[in-house]
Amino acid sequence: MKQSKQNKLLTKEILIDSIKGAFVKLNPLYMIKNPVMFVVEVGFLITLILCFVPDLFGGDNSLRVYNIIVSVVLFVTVLFANFAEAVAEGRGKAQAASLKKTQKDTKARLLDANGNETIVSSNELKKGDIVIVSAGELIPNDGEVIEGVASVDESAITGESAPVVRESGGDFCSVTGGTTVVSDYLKIRITSDPGNSFLDRMISLVEGASRKKTPNEIALNTLLVSLTIIFLIVIVTLYPIGKYSGVTLSISTLVALTVCLIPTTIGGLLSAIGIAGMDRVTRFNVIAMSGKAVEACGDVDTMILDKTGTITFGNRLAAEFLPVEGIDKSELVNAAMISSLFDETPEGKSTLDLGKKLGFEVPKVESKEVFEFSAQTRMSGVDLVNGIKIRKGASDAISHYIQEIGGRIPSDLKKHVDEVAYLGGTPLTVCSDDKILGVIYLKDTVKPGMKERFERLRAIGIKTIMCTGDNPLTAATIAGEAGVDDFIAECKPEDKIDVIKREQDKGKIVAMTGDGTNDAPALAQANVGLAMNSGTTAAKEAANMVDLDSDPTKILEVVEIGKQMLITRGSLTTFSIANDIAKYFAIIPAMFMIAIPELAVLNIMHLSSPLSAILSALIFNAIIIPCLIPLAMKGVKYRPMSSNKMLIRNLLIYGVGGVITPFIAIKIIDVIIYPLLVMIGL
Amino acid sequence: MLQIACTLFLYILLVIPVGNYLYKVATFKHTFMDRILDKVDNTIYRFCGIDIHQEMDWKKYAFSLVLVNALMLLIGFIILRIQALPIFNPNAIGGMESTLSFNTVISFMTNTNLQHYAGESGLSYFSQMTVIIFMMFTSAASGYAACIAFVRGLVGKDKTNMGNFFVDFTRIITRVLLPLSFIVSLLLVWQGVPQNFSGNIIAHTISGVYQDIAMGPVAALESIKHIGTNGGGFFGANSSVPFENPTIISNIIELYSMMILPGSCVIMFGKMVDERKGSQKKSIFGSEGRTIFIAMGILFLISLALCYVSEMAGNPSLQQIGLSQAMGNMEGKEMRFGISQSALFTTTTTSFTTGTVNNMHDTLTPMGGFVPLLNMMLNLVFGGKGVGLMNMIIYVILTVFICGLMIGRTPEYLGKKIGGKEMKLTALCIIIHPLLILAFSALAVSMQAGLQGISNPGFHGLTQVLYEFASSAANNGSGFEGLADNSVFWNVTTGIVMFLGRYLAIVIQLAIAGSLMKKQFVPETVGTLKTSTVTFTIALVLIIYIFAALTFFPALSLGPIAEHFVLWG
Repeated sequence: MKQSKQNKLLTKEILIDSIKGAFVKLNPLYMIKNPVMFVVEVGFLITLILCFVPDLFGGDNSLRVYNIIVSVVLFVTVLFANFAEAVAEGRGKAQAASLKKTQKDTKARLLDANGNETIVSSNELKKGDIVIVSAGELIPNDGEVIEGVASVDESAITGESAPVVRESGGDFCSVTGGTTVVSDYLKIRITSDPGNSFLDRMISLVEGASRKKTPNEIALNTLLVSLTIIFLIVIVTLYPIGKYSGVTLSISTLVALTVCLIPTTIGGLLSAIGIAGMDRVTRFNVIAMSGKAVEACGDVDTMILDKTGTITFGNRLAAEFLPVEGIDKSELVNAAMISSLFDETPEGKSTLDLGKKLGFEVPKVESKEVFEFSAQTRMSGVDLVNGIKIRKGASDAISHYIQEIGGRIPSDLKKHVDEVAYLGGTPLTVCSDDKILGVIYLKDTVKPGMKERFERLRAIGIKTIMCTGDNPLTAATIAGEAGVDDFIAECKPEDKIDVIKREQDKGKIVAMTGDGTNDAPALAQANVGLAMNSGTTAAKEAANMVDLDSDPTKILEVVEIGKQMLITRGSLTTFSIANDIAKYFAIIPAMFMIAIPELAVLNIMHLSSPLSAILSALIFNAIIIPCLIPLAMKGVKYRPMSSNKMLIRNLLIYGVGGVITPFIAIKIIDVIIYPLLVMIGL
Repeated sequence: MLQIACTLFLYILLVIPVGNYLYKVATFKHTFMDRILDKVDNTIYRFCGIDIHQEMDWKKYAFSLVLVNALMLLIGFIILRIQALPIFNPNAIGGMESTLSFNTVISFMTNTNLQHYAGESGLSYFSQMTVIIFMMFTSAASGYAACIAFVRGLVGKDKTNMGNFFVDFTRIITRVLLPLSFIVSLLLVWQGVPQNFSGNIIAHTISGVYQDIAMGPVAALESIKHIGTNGGGFFGANSSVPFENPTIISNIIELYSMMILPGSCVIMFGKMVDERKGSQKKSIFGSEGRTIFIAMGILFLISLALCYVSEMAGNPSLQQIGLSQAMGNMEGKEMRFGISQSALFTTTTTSFTTGTVNNMHDTLTPMGGFVPLLNMMLNLVFGGKGVGLMNMIIYVILTVFICGLMIGRTPEYLGKKIGGKEMKLTALCIIIHPLLILAFSALAVSMQAGLQGISNPGFHGLTQVLYEFASSAANNGSGFEGLADNSVFWNVTTGIVMFLGRYLAIVIQLAIAGSLMKKQFVPETVGTLKTSTVTFTIALVLIIYIFAALTFFPALSLGPIAEHFVLWG
């Protein structure tokens, strides 16, 4: 569903809204925030006046029609730029609207200090209030579960239909307003005031209402403004210089030249690129708290990732059966499978799966008593009707159990156990009655595709550091398997902050993902912190991005989007500046040819007439904006490669392409409009 | 052609050791002259009360530079006004008019050396020595000091300390400018350049007329004129006069003299960057210096080729009336130099912003004259007195910004992130130059006072005006001549342009370096934009040309370009 939404650039509603938006944005007070387009608007006003009073600056009346055409093209240019911005905003608004639907006013059951229930509107809930929510009811606002376990449908926010479990204490205690409890009940302490909930903030972020210019955007804007100033100097001084040389330039022509030269293409699309970048992040179901955060992603040098959940599945899955000396492998597998028949844990299930994969039949037995795994015994097992007692569990627990009932510890057990631990796995020892049969090698499995992803990151110069609570041996094995650059074993939350600070002292930009409360300080310290929506409120508050799907690997995509945003800006700037060469070759000869016929040599495109040349350049300048809207929205195609290769590629496409394209396009426009101009007598 | 190639090849061989020496002077490393010069310097520091341990941030450094320059401006102005006094004044030259004095002191203090007077008739020997030659040393030293401070800022070994202006200023004069000038002066005297205090000699020529033969401390001026990329001649006709530049050997000595230090600055920069990076690789230019040197070299060679080809093509109008153009356009050129050495000299003097001339630029073919004009509009093809490097780095920052975005990272140069503040200053710096040239040219052609100076109306007249202001703004100082420029209008406007063109740029550039040096270093990764690659060098050259073309193309097309097409059309 998400995919299809992403591919469709424009829906009918967005189109209509955007056209309206384009006109609303004509307000000069709004336009002045975008100085490049503001200059175009001022140019439009000047030529508009000249339509009515063509001889205002001493020109002659014959230019009225020409003035009208110029002002229409300028008007359209401004509209196109506004339209681009409106489309970008519109896509965000559409998304916000669907979020808003979930933000209906609901009734909440408020509990007072004595435990009495009163029904209030969710808008009246304040921070610290305690409410009770039962199955089928909407959670009125963001909060923390203080009592109860329930499954919650968060599809309204995440789009993920499978309900998630929320319970008090731990890392799964945070709930979001607008989600629905589907089973049991929850007692919730409200953690945000009305109008300030996570959903509210998300809506305003997605709408782009609270958008601030990012640092690079500000720097680029400075460059564009200075280019505009340079061209204004060029044009203003050209008038007297031209006059000295016997060339009298009409004001409309000077305005047209100004508009052609100032970087309108990038100026018109700049804010759209920013908004669309944020929007792309949103479409990945990641909410960025600011554009700055997304942009910072493009600069990330070091990425700190939790092992469990991010790099590995976190579940330990059976990978191998290792019988001790004197025991047949089939005996071990059979016992292991029996012990797992009644074991619902991933370890148990995977043991069965592995057995089946190795070609063993699932044993048919009847159980007398089932022992579930507990933290005290650290083993599980089953007593069969035929009296056989099968256990599996932590190696020392089983050894202890065997010794107690008078069994013998095989001499090579330790060797197997150590071997498994060395490989980063967890050994589970299996015994039948008083006989130890062997070891199940449980392996923490690296998610598929991780190695390739880290490779991609390395290619663009990002170092990955894996954090894990495992011992150094285990950590090293997983790190080697996943292909991360570095790891921290036996990692405590403080260690993460230390690593971040250490990297930052070297001038690096650090990104990290986290979910638990104890990750909050590290998330805040990191330049880019991506919190999981399933995580605690503290973690989400500290982060500058929240992943609604709680998929920690998303950070990799966000990094690419951040880069893509910068590349799009840079490429369109290059394109915009490169375009000016062709525009000069269209307009300069057109302006001077009548007074100095020899300069006709510069008319290398052989444009039909001076007026046609100027208008063709101007029209090209206008229509290139909507033509590039799709590129601005989707972003320049990004593939990880070395910086030098990428530079060459983009310079060729947008630099060289930017020089050539307008030569061809202006010529085509000239061929089309010249007959029309002749028809209306120009 | 071969002549030019040999000259340039030898230049590369010369610039490397001098660049290395300059690097050692800038970084206070031991050099063979320390034994004597340390004593000299210490005496100067003690005498002037300079605290050599005082550290300066960019503001302090810039302020010291401007203040010292302002003081010298004032003293110079007074001397010119009272030069009629009979001190070293055998030719009894009178005091200088006030607007001309205003123009002259600014011109020499800003290292422009635009001359609205003729030296032999406008200055006493005392003025020649205490204003002209003195300022040729101090203005060049100011420029190089600013450049060294700027590079220290970029390299960023320290967070605020840019060095001490007074120390740098002194060391550049004692360790670089004086020794080099001494050698070059002697070489020039060997070639026949006069160095004396006698009055002019009146000779009775064989054709029966009397001729004044000018004398004076010419060789002393001539050497620093080129080494300090100053360019103001002892005589009105500058280095085309046989007494300033008698032979082809003196011509080559003068060429090398003006090329040596701007090129060395780039090497100094490259080595200072390498030193900070702790790079073990021994590289002649330093990897970052190489990019800049090559980019400058490409711009220089393109200019040179255009100038040479245009001059060789000659003048079709003269061809038509039966004057052979087989030797190329020899109008305004000296027979002893010919097209090759003239084209090389013209391109060099405007690239390295010296402003000395060995042929008259006014009589170059339109496209031949286009070259010096373009070089001054770019103002970064090696450039003079260290400032060329600073201007080039402004464009490097611009290129880094655009290219950096294109690879998806916040742009960084030499391990420092380029932010909004640096972009603002960079943009300002880029705007000043065209603003000064175009706005004042527009003013000149719309005012009667300005138009009066134009001796050759039409396209050529516009070229004269553009050239005069480009030369002033770039602190080049070469004259297109032909412009009657000793008038209140021209003296005052060019004075203002020279002043702003010099000090605004230096202060802003120091501010950029000051802002960058405070920033934290960013480690280099595979994702970092490499600025020492061929791709980057090409991008840099293209961006420089595109920016220059976009800014100056309309004006140029009404000047030299129109003239060219009319001439050949």
